[in-house]
Amino acid sequence: MKKEIGISVLLFVLCAVTSIMNPKFLSPVNLVNTANLIGLYGVFSLGLGLVIITGGIDLSVGSMCALTGVILAMGLTEWHWSWPVATLVVLGLSALLGLAHGLLITRAKLQPFIVTLCGLLMYRGIARYIAHDSTKGFSGAEGIEPLRHFVSGKIFGLPAPFAILIVLSVIMWFVLHRSIYGRYLLAVGRNEQAARFSGINTQLVTASAYTIAGLLTGISGIMIAFYTNSVGPSNHGNFYELYGIAAAVLGGCSLRGGEGSVVGIIIGTALLLVLQNLVNLLGIDSSLNFAVMGAVVLFGVLADQLFKNRSAKKITAPAK
Amino acid sequence: MSNAPLLSMRGIGKRFPGVIALDNVSLDIGAGEVVALCGENGAGKSTMMKILGGVYQPDAGELFMDGVAVKINNVTDSMKLRIAFIHQELNVLDNLDVAANVFLGREPKNALGLIDFKKIHADTEPLLKRLGLDVSSKTPLEKLSIAQKQMVEIAKALSLNSRIIIMDEPTSSLTLTETDRLLELVLELKKQGVSIVYISHRLSEVEHIADRVVVLRDGKNAGELPKADICHDKIVSLMVGREIKSSYTASTATKTPGYFKVRNARSSRYPAKSVEFDATRGEILGFAGLVGAGRSEIVKAMVGLDHGGSAEVTIGEERISIHKPADAIGHGIYLVPEDRRGEGLVTAMTVRENTTLPSLEKYSTFNLISKDRERKVTDEQIKSLKIKTPSGESLVLNLSGGNQQKVVLGKWLSMSPKVMILDEPTRGIDVGAKAEIYRLMRELADNGGVILMISSDMEEVLNVSDRVAVMHEGRITGVLERADCKEENVMNLAVGKTISAAKSAVNN
Repeated sequence: MKKEIGISVLLFVLCAVTSIMNPKFLSPVNLVNTANLIGLYGVFSLGLGLVIITGGIDLSVGSMCALTGVILAMGLTEWHWSWPVATLVVLGLSALLGLAHGLLITRAKLQPFIVTLCGLLMYRGIARYIAHDSTKGFSGAEGIEPLRHFVSGKIFGLPAPFAILIVLSVIMWFVLHRSIYGRYLLAVGRNEQAARFSGINTQLVTASAYTIAGLLTGISGIMIAFYTNSVGPSNHGNFYELYGIAAAVLGGCSLRGGEGSVVGIIIGTALLLVLQNLVNLLGIDSSLNFAVMGAVVLFGVLADQLFKNRSAKKITAPAK
Repeated sequence: MSNAPLLSMRGIGKRFPGVIALDNVSLDIGAGEVVALCGENGAGKSTMMKILGGVYQPDAGELFMDGVAVKINNVTDSMKLRIAFIHQELNVLDNLDVAANVFLGREPKNALGLIDFKKIHADTEPLLKRLGLDVSSKTPLEKLSIAQKQMVEIAKALSLNSRIIIMDEPTSSLTLTETDRLLELVLELKKQGVSIVYISHRLSEVEHIADRVVVLRDGKNAGELPKADICHDKIVSLMVGREIKSSYTASTATKTPGYFKVRNARSSRYPAKSVEFDATRGEILGFAGLVGAGRSEIVKAMVGLDHGGSAEVTIGEERISIHKPADAIGHGIYLVPEDRRGEGLVTAMTVRENTTLPSLEKYSTFNLISKDRERKVTDEQIKSLKIKTPSGESLVLNLSGGNQQKVVLGKWLSMSPKVMILDEPTRGIDVGAKAEIYRLMRELADNGGVILMISSDMEEVLNVSDRVAVMHEGRITGVLERADCKEENVMNLAVGKTISAAKSAVNN
């Protein structure tokens, strides 16, 4: 909980500083836009966070967005699928790919880094092949307005992706912090051996985390495709997995597993996007974008580690 | 003893928190002598050798090499004195070749400052010949068998011109022919003037090669046997000669014999050997044996935790075949594992989260956990087991060993165990907590539970168990009834002898 408070303070300070230096930060347009982006990135970050909690990693997020984006666009325009069919295909495919990752990791005992790295390479390649390396859009697709409206319109006055993120976060909060499955997930991430000795089917728990991550990436993928409105298969979604990892880590997930919270992941995502917004609004050279992001993540993790070392000393000091 | 001692350890003392591991122990090693160091588990053999190897520093005592006082402050000091230590778990790097392993950490350099591969291979080959190891110095270690890897360690010792080689249980994972080969080699090395300290539970090997046997017991010298006197029985009688305070409390339970039957239990470690036994409701059945007898592996097979192991189990009238942990847990068969922190607990979680981990369904509605219900059962366990913790919300890693063990117990006790298996339940636990754990075990038995307890602590085995099953190399060599639970009987069965005094009551 302390961690969430820490980064919330950081987020708040960042917002305050930005709005003082450039009041445009608080303009409705900017806020809506930022919230929209938080929604788009937050959904796949939730999935990545889940995987990171099991002690794994998913590097395939960006490529999966590209692949699902291409299939969605081509399905709706060139293959004349109705939007419910296209949606189901995309979500089913992404969940299936996630499941495949999970099975390769738990059954074939491959390392998550390798499995999802291969995913990163393969899905990107397949996306480019299917699209003949040309950008795909949605013009000409008929009857897709309900879907477009649902994922890129407004829900209760909020940008749809942001509203969807809130709903999914609430669900995931219950899953991770209140359900049996969530407890198992944390236990497996902390000490798989002890979890197994307690009768938990650790393989199932881990594999399902990858499946859920795949599904969430699929949901993001649809929203992102409609947000960009065109899918260039060679660069759509580039680096998204790294945004997600950065957000999860900033939000208190440990790459060693067993640690992390939904609130933390969401605030971590928000922090990264506010940071980008800040770079734009304060007129910082946008080529420094990644450098700023890297520096903040580094600072956050370093501060957390220092804090941890200090409190660890406090605990052990009186004991001996 | 004819030789003037090459090395002499005098009055060595070593204490660990709460334990006196060594108390005024002395050991002489002559040049070209094979000294066997014997004793029960925990007698102090390994501690003594770790002091010689520079792993531990003694709290008291002196070391003399060639009559000159020496200090061994670390492993390097020990190496400089030309002492080599071959640990039971081999310290070799599988990804490097033989020569690289032999010269690890002291690679000769060529003119460019890079490793002089020519030299290390040229120097390694003759060592391999001397040991009769028929592999090239360029073979990667992963291609070698365990016995061959061990030879590589010995080659390393020889390349250091070691005068003393300590071998800790060197044959524990070797086949019979490999063992014979190793014993020959020991005798060969002895002829070349190398002294060997040989630690082994296998007394026939000791009989075969030792010039002298030094026996330790409870961290003290228990006696020595010169070559002419070395025999099984004399070694065992020195090993067990202590008096054990009897604090056995008989059970008050009404016993239901044959309630828990285990048949065809096989572990992946000894796949060719099967174990079967019966346990009675209301009894504590102890499992004794030397380290490596396969006790932990068998119980892991019984609760579905040993990949490649299996067991058929009957509780009451119900036959259960166990393939995965949930099979055992679902029928009330629980394991308190030996490795508390690694296997028993998620130490970075709270007492509450650990207590309810295997039984979360009980505290949930529609899969959502009720923390209130969790807290209630956790508080009950904290109270009834007297777990010393600020609250159920404390992280387990902040508790003492004894209290951590109680958390493991509480976790299973909250799930009404039928059969509770405890593997080294009091290892590393202080005396007070030990007594409480024994009391809890007895209580559980008196309430109709079946308790199986693996222990390498002879005192614990004899004082806590109603009957004792003794294992040796993957088999049960005998089950001792209470009246026959004598240290001597246990030891004899543990080294693989059958004894007339021990009523062989392996149930069929």
